[in-house]
Amino acid sequence: MMNTLIEKFNAFTVAVSSAMPDAANAVSAAAGNPDTPWWVWPAVLFVTTFVLGIVAVLAGVGGGVLFVPIVGSFFPFHLDFVRGAGLIVALAGALAAGPGLLKKGLANLRLALPVALIASTFSIIGAFIGLALPQNILQMALGATICAIAVLFIFSKNSDIPNVPGPDGLSKKLKISGTYIEESTGRQIDWTVHRTLKGYLTFIFIGLIAGMFGLGAGWANVPVLNLLMGAPLKLAVGSSKFLLSITDTSAAWIYLNKGAVLPIIAVPSVLGIMLGSQVGVKLLSKSKPKAVRYLVIAMLLFAGINSFLKGLGVM
Amino acid sequence: MAKEQLAAQQAPKSSGKVQSKMHVPAEQVAYANMINYGQWLGVGILVITFFIYMSGMMPGFVPPSEVAQTWHLSCEEFLKTNGMPHGWEWLGMLRYGNFLSLLGIAWLAGLTIIAYLAFLVPAYLKQKDTPFLTIVAVEIIVLVLAASGILGSGGH
Repeated sequence: MMNTLIEKFNAFTVAVSSAMPDAANAVSAAAGNPDTPWWVWPAVLFVTTFVLGIVAVLAGVGGGVLFVPIVGSFFPFHLDFVRGAGLIVALAGALAAGPGLLKKGLANLRLALPVALIASTFSIIGAFIGLALPQNILQMALGATICAIAVLFIFSKNSDIPNVPGPDGLSKKLKISGTYIEESTGRQIDWTVHRTLKGYLTFIFIGLIAGMFGLGAGWANVPVLNLLMGAPLKLAVGSSKFLLSITDTSAAWIYLNKGAVLPIIAVPSVLGIMLGSQVGVKLLSKSKPKAVRYLVIAMLLFAGINSFLKGLGVM
Repeated sequence: MAKEQLAAQQAPKSSGKVQSKMHVPAEQVAYANMINYGQWLGVGILVITFFIYMSGMMPGFVPPSEVAQTWHLSCEEFLKTNGMPHGWEWLGMLRYGNFLSLLGIAWLAGLTIIAYLAFLVPAYLKQKDTPFLTIVAVEIIVLVLAASGILGSGGH
């Protein structure tokens, strides 16, 4: 039974590898050769993250959520360093995107600052848990989390402008509401949020996961802000991206102070993802978003299962 | 907060009249501008210092080839094996390329703290917005604590 499953997974590996040939083949070739010179790894990492940067933009996901499972599964680095680099990747991406979103009003400080405080506080605790757990347990937990994220991508449905009957007591007290102009129609959207306390409590969990695995948490922020609290989708996406710059900052400092950020891994990754994102933005108008999204889901499942099996000691 | 935004907040609805311009609070724009220039400066520092490290213009505390032999170890074992410093000690060792490369990363990780202090604290103080002033103050404390290494640095 187990052998059949592993055979099927290997066939899946080949299928996904053929879908992203350059980066996957380069990594496989380097990994299969013990005499690979050290400089090949940062170079291959740069190429891989460049591809991930393109794919992330085309699929509308954060680079961090792809970076940790894929680099953690196929590169020879310890997961501590991969998670440290993953946080820096997510942080750099959020800092790059945040200013434009804030100036356009697509990210809102009053919506983002309270949740950022909760998520950043708990991401510190998550970082300590992640750095204390044994590697195999962490690999399995990461694998399970990544598979759950893939399933969330398959089944989650967003709502462009959720119906919010009115602000609740907490959002009224914090004055969490505002307006933005929907560029496609030129209409003014007045918004507020409800179920604020439930939303804030959810960010405890999101912060823990972000810090523990070094993942950007846009995949979780957006559904909570949009579906649970009722923020319009564009505002939820924009505010989520911005608040990652705060959540990831606190966890990044823990990893930095623990010595888990190696420039030789983090710097090529940041530069690769940033350049890839620029190319991705240019390709966006010509791409087929559904096809890319399916590819990302396949990549996540593949990396998640791989990570889980690695943790079990099967691979 | 500006009067026009307050007016909009008191009547939330899903769609409304066509408008050409949107009000974005001044502190939000100032914060965005600072982050924008700061992150480009950070990327510039990353590129230059990493080039210095990789080109060998400044040697690494541990040569890259030796880093590659130990990057499969946990960070605790890695530090021990290579005799690397803990916490902020790297700041006193910027003559080594690998520690110099950490400057850009630390700058990126510190930007939010600077922007909070420079723009959000004064703005909410001026507006006498106690809830958000408290949120921002506590966030600064959290981030400074995380950055300081007081919460734990080095080995587990």
